[in-house]
Amino acid sequence: MSFETKASAVASLSPGAAAPAPARASIASFRLDNGMDVVVIPDSRTPVVTHMVWYKNGAADDPLGQSGIAHFLEHLMFKGTKNHPQGEFSNLVAELGGQENAFTSYDYTAYFQRIGKEHLATLMAFEADRMRNLVLTDEVVDPEREVVLEERRMRTDSDPAAQLDEAVQAALFAHHPYGTPIIGWNHEIEELDRQHALAYYERFYTPENAILIVAGDVEADEVAGLARESYGKIPARSAPPRRARTQEPPHRAHRLVTLRDEKVEQPAHEQVFLVPSYTTAEPGEAEALETLAYMLGGGPTSALYETLVVEEKVAVGAGAYYMGSAVDDTRFWVYATPAPGVTLEELDAAIDRVLRRFGEEPIDAEHLQRAKTRLIADAIYAQDSQSSLARWYGESLATGLAIEDIVAWPDRMEQVTAADVQNAARKWLDRRKAVTGYLLPA
Amino acid sequence: MTAHAPTVTIASRAEHVQRIMTPGGLEVWLVESHAVPLVALEFAIRGGAAQDPAEKPGLATLLAATLDEGAGPYDARGFHRAIDELAIHLGFGADRDAISGHMQSLSRNVDKAFGLLKVALNDARLEAGDVARVRSQLAAELKRDANEPDSVAAKAFREAAFPNHPYGRPVRGDLSSIDTLSREDLIALRERLFARRDLKIGVVGAIDAATLSELIDATFGGLAQQNDLAPVADISVANVGQRNIVELDVPQSTLRFGRPSITKHDPDYYAVVVANHILGGGTFTSRLFREVREKRGMAYSVYSHLNEYDHCPMLIGAAATKNERAGEAIGVIEEEFRQFAEGGPTEDELDKAKKFLIGSYALRFDTSTKIASQLVNLQLDGFAPSFLDERNGRIAAVTMEDCKRGAQRLLGDGGLLVTVVGKPAGV
Repeated sequence: MSFETKASAVASLSPGAAAPAPARASIASFRLDNGMDVVVIPDSRTPVVTHMVWYKNGAADDPLGQSGIAHFLEHLMFKGTKNHPQGEFSNLVAELGGQENAFTSYDYTAYFQRIGKEHLATLMAFEADRMRNLVLTDEVVDPEREVVLEERRMRTDSDPAAQLDEAVQAALFAHHPYGTPIIGWNHEIEELDRQHALAYYERFYTPENAILIVAGDVEADEVAGLARESYGKIPARSAPPRRARTQEPPHRAHRLVTLRDEKVEQPAHEQVFLVPSYTTAEPGEAEALETLAYMLGGGPTSALYETLVVEEKVAVGAGAYYMGSAVDDTRFWVYATPAPGVTLEELDAAIDRVLRRFGEEPIDAEHLQRAKTRLIADAIYAQDSQSSLARWYGESLATGLAIEDIVAWPDRMEQVTAADVQNAARKWLDRRKAVTGYLLPA
Repeated sequence: MTAHAPTVTIASRAEHVQRIMTPGGLEVWLVESHAVPLVALEFAIRGGAAQDPAEKPGLATLLAATLDEGAGPYDARGFHRAIDELAIHLGFGADRDAISGHMQSLSRNVDKAFGLLKVALNDARLEAGDVARVRSQLAAELKRDANEPDSVAAKAFREAAFPNHPYGRPVRGDLSSIDTLSREDLIALRERLFARRDLKIGVVGAIDAATLSELIDATFGGLAQQNDLAPVADISVANVGQRNIVELDVPQSTLRFGRPSITKHDPDYYAVVVANHILGGGTFTSRLFREVREKRGMAYSVYSHLNEYDHCPMLIGAAATKNERAGEAIGVIEEEFRQFAEGGPTEDELDKAKKFLIGSYALRFDTSTKIASQLVNLQLDGFAPSFLDERNGRIAAVTMEDCKRGAQRLLGDGGLLVTVVGKPAGV
């Protein structure tokens, strides 16, 4: 590849034209003839683009017995193609002053670069090549498997808290693949080979299954032309692959998962509930869960924090989190760190009282308004970062939402009522069906 | 337009920086931009954890963490609720050399946001009950990290590298002494550190210079003129050549390694930056990445990095590999250091490293918060805004000879201080 030598760019500190919120009108989207979706998000403040390709498959689509293959393939996608040997793409990105990486989640796998906008065409050509022409040999696959095992040792196998998280999720999803860690189980990672990787690649790395997101100082027409010249040349493969996942049966039992390890000096409590995602929820329900999570545990103004940490002093920290982006039913976490001398059973009872209060007593209208103000403002703050916006769109679209859903999100959040929040608490935060995790010293 | 490098022409960044002197005599750097209806402010006050009394490590961290726990007319709850009602982001932190603050607000709430920053900075209540709560949170964090391999490795490295120096003490405190940190200690530290003298402010967003000047004076103008910093000695990484092992029952050995580097004001600094990039910088291109990860599959993450503490510039690196391969991994890393110190880079490596460092500079300026941080860091380092336009030229000017000299100055004989946490074999 030739290095662009006459790049004349506007310095990124320049103020740029006054751009309003990226409303629907400013976000361009279209579909290539081969079925690949394209989204262009304008950001004229800086001469930089974020280029991402999202594949609508993740760890939850790993074939049975091959846990970790989606993530392993993500690593192997940097091993070269029949047109560009290992290292050529990464070296070129670096030479052009770009940054790159990739990540795998339960429902998607994404590859991205951030780079001067004049290099967009080059990246698209290379990324399109990587969608079709990956070459894998045992020589590169074998050491990379060791890298993944080291990654697992680093993230999980040396960390009791991460091991508890893994066990809690496995307990929550007894049947659905969300119960299997993204990186995979060691005994299955050890058996993954180049055939597994190539079979998975053939199945999922197709234009029908991919979404291109370009955010930055680029015109939609220009991106459309470039996309047709690169990704558009890849032949269609028929229908996108089916994401056939086993679904979770109704839960009836509470499950307590306890991990004891001599390395634990600070005990911890977590609880996770099976709840609908933005994709599976009835209208308004996910927004209510989002609001509930913030009111319950979104920082120092939340009910859990004010009650457990400030008033009762049974915890030193407490929070909640709703993982709304998911293809299937998803998780709502409540977590707390006990104060010295407080047992996890005592803390559990205190958490239970806060959750019950949410379901039974009237919702504080001011608290609700503060939560909505904060959550809606975050959509404005997101506009300050083109890579955050690109990620928000990619994650939403890859889990089955439409652009309209994203654009209308602040309006839907505005409409959340106290009754919605209370109903969500009553309906979904049923502790009789939840999984509770205890982290304790040996 | 100023040309910096043979291959890249870029318009001036510096000309967008307004260097404002407020009527009250405070300096603030502003990049005015109305593209998004937000204002971001970053500031730093020199004198962080290195100013903690020797027997009270963690004090600066505790002070920063308690500033928003009740201030002026607000108790802790009232303050946090006010922040939420206005959807402001406000936070404080301490590192070794500075206490810093971050504020981001929607344009429509910017006056109130500055008002809250003002009371936190000038009138934090630091009430005993609030201090105790935050202290208990720091203690829980310390317990959580007590056997976390990275934290254990950082502690072992710090203690070996900076003996009898404030940098050898833990920024976030120590479990054995954290309970002794009192409200009185916090007030005393605040009186010593919070002053206009070493205050650096950067602002980016939808605000004009006149409006900002008034808000800056109202917010920071009440601080004392002079701070009272304890002298901190300039030092160099100690115990180079030593290997320290901390036994921990985990399947992986976490390595941390380092040695002395040179300051940002040294004429060879950019030669050293380029040299380090080739050795252990970037994402997928460095020698350490290639030899340790790609070829041998020994680690997920391996890097070297330049760490410019005010009183101890250093190179620091890390990797983690299964216990069985720990000795082998250290051997490979040390061999790379030795080879690079002796042979320097290839022409191709030098060329590509310079192109990356020049081209990727723009990526540091793509959000308001990142730009504001850059403005503060430049001031802390004693540079003028023109540095924004000069920096790439300095990279471009690094010759093969410079880079070889930089590699030699950075790597010396290749000796490293290494700490290993785990059950390493062959070390």
